[in-house]
Amino acid sequence: MSTVLAATDGLFPAPVLEYKELAPVLIVLGAATLGVLIEAFLPRTLRFRAQLVVTFGGLGLALAALFLAGEQNSILAEGAIAWDGPARFLQGLILVLAVVAFLLFTDRKIDPGRDAFAPRVSAVPGSPEEQVLTQKLIQQTEVYPLALFSLSGMLLFPASNDLLMMFVALEVLSLPLYLLAGMARRRRLLSQEAALKYFLLGAYSSAFFLFGAALIYGYANSLRFSVIAAATASGTSSEALLLAGIGLIAVGLLFKIGAAPFHEWTPDVYQGAPTVVTAFMAATTKVAAFGALVRIFYVAFGPVRDQWLPLMWVISALTMVVGVLFALTQQEIKRMLAYSSIAHAGFLLTGVVALSPKGVSAILFYLVTYGFATIGAFGVVMLVRDGAGEASHLSAWAGLGKRSPGVAALFSLFLLAMAGIPLTSGFPAKFAVFSAASASGASWLVLIGVLTSAVAGFFYVRVIVLMFFTDPQPGQTTTVAIPSLATALALAVCAGVTVVLGVFPQIGLEVADRASLFVR
Amino acid sequence: METIAAASGITSLTWLLIALPVAGALILLGSGRRTNAFGHLLGVATIAGSFVVAVLLWLNMLGKSSDQRATRDFLFTWMSLGRFKVDVALQLDQLSMAFVLLITGVGLLIHIYAVGYMHGDDGRRRFFGYLNLFVASMLLLVLADSFALLYVGWEGVGLASYLLIGYYQTRESAGPAAKKAFVVNRVGDIGMSVAIMVMFAAFGTVTFQGVFAAAPSASTGIVTAIGFALLLAACGKSAQFPLQSWLLDAMEGPTPVSALIHAATMVTAGVYLIARSNPIFEVAPNAQMGVIVVGVITLLAGGIIASAKDDIKKALAGSTMSAIGFMMLAVGLGKSGYVYAIAFLLAHGFFKAGLFLGAGSVMHGMNDQVNMRRFGALRSVMAITTLTFGLGYLAIIGIPPLAGYFTKDVIIESAMARNPIIGTAAVIGAGLTAFYMSRIFFMTFIGPKRWTQDVHPHESPVVMTAPMVILAIGSVASGYLLMRNQTLQRWLEPVTGFTEPDGALRPLVLTGITLAVVALGIIAAVVLFLRRPIPETAPSKVSVLVSAARRDLYGDAFNEAVFMRPGQWLTRSLVWVDNRVIDGAVNGVAAGLGGLSARVRRTQTGYTRSYSLVMLSGALLVIVLLWIVRL
Repeated sequence: MSTVLAATDGLFPAPVLEYKELAPVLIVLGAATLGVLIEAFLPRTLRFRAQLVVTFGGLGLALAALFLAGEQNSILAEGAIAWDGPARFLQGLILVLAVVAFLLFTDRKIDPGRDAFAPRVSAVPGSPEEQVLTQKLIQQTEVYPLALFSLSGMLLFPASNDLLMMFVALEVLSLPLYLLAGMARRRRLLSQEAALKYFLLGAYSSAFFLFGAALIYGYANSLRFSVIAAATASGTSSEALLLAGIGLIAVGLLFKIGAAPFHEWTPDVYQGAPTVVTAFMAATTKVAAFGALVRIFYVAFGPVRDQWLPLMWVISALTMVVGVLFALTQQEIKRMLAYSSIAHAGFLLTGVVALSPKGVSAILFYLVTYGFATIGAFGVVMLVRDGAGEASHLSAWAGLGKRSPGVAALFSLFLLAMAGIPLTSGFPAKFAVFSAASASGASWLVLIGVLTSAVAGFFYVRVIVLMFFTDPQPGQTTTVAIPSLATALALAVCAGVTVVLGVFPQIGLEVADRASLFVR
Repeated sequence: METIAAASGITSLTWLLIALPVAGALILLGSGRRTNAFGHLLGVATIAGSFVVAVLLWLNMLGKSSDQRATRDFLFTWMSLGRFKVDVALQLDQLSMAFVLLITGVGLLIHIYAVGYMHGDDGRRRFFGYLNLFVASMLLLVLADSFALLYVGWEGVGLASYLLIGYYQTRESAGPAAKKAFVVNRVGDIGMSVAIMVMFAAFGTVTFQGVFAAAPSASTGIVTAIGFALLLAACGKSAQFPLQSWLLDAMEGPTPVSALIHAATMVTAGVYLIARSNPIFEVAPNAQMGVIVVGVITLLAGGIIASAKDDIKKALAGSTMSAIGFMMLAVGLGKSGYVYAIAFLLAHGFFKAGLFLGAGSVMHGMNDQVNMRRFGALRSVMAITTLTFGLGYLAIIGIPPLAGYFTKDVIIESAMARNPIIGTAAVIGAGLTAFYMSRIFFMTFIGPKRWTQDVHPHESPVVMTAPMVILAIGSVASGYLLMRNQTLQRWLEPVTGFTEPDGALRPLVLTGITLAVVALGIIAAVVLFLRRPIPETAPSKVSVLVSAARRDLYGDAFNEAVFMRPGQWLTRSLVWVDNRVIDGAVNGVAAGLGGLSARVRRTQTGYTRSYSLVMLSGALLVIVLLWIVRL
């Protein structure tokens, strides 16, 4: 606001930026830029190592900066960014999940000598050019700066304190993901189709968001969440603007979290994108988008909760039912996990409906458990292969428990966590969101949640039964690749978090409890 | 109610009791073949360690005044979600101390015995791993400070029991027996979870302290519901009517398992549960009456079953049912019964474990045969086994001054004081016990040889006989030691309370009557099994059973008519119900959802244009929903 006033006086004072608190985002952005320079100026042979140093160094520095930034709640960057418990918690979570996911990016051992990405994305699939590149074992390393750019958007998204910043963050996080989704080395046409779909539908949803933001500006005369909240509390302007604005913004955000009926891109994109990218975005995008969703609905639209609560009830119930119902008959492991992630969006939305600090902390905890279990599950999917790359059809997983009991047990652990079985992290997470929702009177929603969880247990356990108790079909050529050290480390971290938070959920719940209050 | 202090000093080592066998189980089950060579010794060592800790804790407890003895060893908060908070904490008081000593003491002896019994078995390491797992779970069960944590141990012992019943994987009958135990126990577990849920809903807590403090002021309906739910749980775990059926089949497991789990410890968990929950049952007289009825039915039914079994282990299993029926009856009697129930439970731990180990020793010498019709005259070749088994036999039937006399008589006395019908049933139960135990003893150790030709019975090695001897000493002395000067009564009174039973009959008269009935039982057995030859095949295959000299065959017939045929019919109809109705419903739901899923899947066309259309419709839905709320 001050900039606007100052400009009318003919002056343009520099905005006040709190570099200490903004450092994590800036460091990631800086690392991404550095990555682009590496691509431009370093010889190909050196790029991979340099990118690794910049990426992991940048993430490490960003995490350190986050810890050093202090816990004083405030509003940063002339009101555009909030610095509070949920923002810090989610930024930290996104950074850690990104480290784990990037460990998977580096694997060149599963597919010996190659990583998961197409050597040159512009090469036509199946063309002689592509064959030559593949034979020469050419690797491209642009994925690292792209992923870092996306990551910077994700860090900003849950911390945005006005609609414009939120939109910018949304675009910054989305655009590189559209590209990354199209970069699979194997099944490239599927991958490119996924990227195009993701881009078209993502752009479509962004339009909804932007239109909604414009309507809200028309209503409140401001993009700042606190001002919007004050305007809705006084209720002087046209309610039609407000309701339409809330609805359209909701569409944009619900698209990102993959809630029904805005979920249909999810299975296609999760299936088509390189599995490492799927692991990365399934975990981090959902974390960032839920952060943004909860912030805008709690902070900006909190005073008119009665208006949008029924909407969230319906969307939450619908998302749980749709995710579970569609997952039941999936024969493709990545599509099944995609529908499972849709169902989890529904379970998480029950925490949003709770409208209490307890609900926020439950969501935060749930996101931790979901993020690690998801990356772990997709990480295991990378390992199970047949002649044409990953063995995506479920039938190829039959009998895996006999040949590779370790990998099968690991996958079972992640599936059990997703199913919410006690002693895995999924149980306290589900318990937390459901109890928060039922405490605020949404018992029937919890009932739907429990019923759909029970049905969901069926398709998770089905895979476990398939792995351990079904004999493989004759002539099946499924193999389990030996992962690189980095991949093994990533899987170990995911499994460790899943077990530790299952047995000692209190550790995570306490941290989440402390981080559950928004600054306004 | 006594105060419970936070654990400090040596009592803060309470966790070590459980941690040692847990570590043993983890190492033994996780290490693969590497520990085959010494795995059994490690298994014994961990239990020995636990036993040493238990004795130290006991000595420490003895040094305190009786209202200062209970301690609570807080380990960590498992989770805390709003009102729902579950701590992992161990409550060590006089009641749990008694169980801890029984579990680790008898457990240690049986572990040692199993070293010899399982010698030469390929899976010995796995066996000891399971056994350690069982001891850890059982200790958790009795040391838990809340019903939630108790439930964890409850399921743990169920799991270990399941694994051990099915231990002989190559035996065809072991798998179904394990499954049966598993399924029947789940029925009981429903009671447990219902009880916990009702407690949480009504009191907002599931800790012993919280629930017991709130119980007296709760409505009768609530406490009665909790009481009956707990009774159902106890029936499942303790093989009480109507959930008794699994125990006989559980004898498929190795004999040390039958001794430890299915005689001395796990099956008494139900008695522990009810004794522990005494503040609930004290305010729920209807539930208490339910406990008595269950106990009386089971103590008679168990005795009748035991009288009819030719399989030595199954006969002893029937006897276990009957004995636990006595304990249930006693805990149902309230304050005048808890102490006696625990006394009988502890003494029973000695003599029944000893009897089972004796049976195992017999089987060891007889090529794993169990049919008593092919035993006889074993006293000539198995002197130590005969002696220890004989002492256990005399103890269980209540011959003074052995353990059973001191501990069972008081239950009968207390029951007679409550109600003559209950008391009479208990006296008849004591007579039945004398009859079937005499039958087992005569058929196995006395009388002519009826051995099959290929057996060469011999005494067992000292690693097996030594635990039997120690247990026999316990069978002789434990009753006197527990009941002399009201030792156990004064020990347990702060936890369970105690009132002297006040009967119309003088104790001495009642003791006389009981001993007379016991003598009748023995005489009947002498007449039937010593004076007459015992056919080598089961006479149930003989079509006409008329002779009064073969009265025990009425037991067999009774068994078939009352238990087996309805059981089979029930099983058949259950299978039918299971196949047609339950499976049908489950499969139907699954198929229905699957069909629905397959149908709605078609909406996922893969076309971006239709996706956008769905999104647009979704956006309209969102706006409409927002609008409807406004109207």
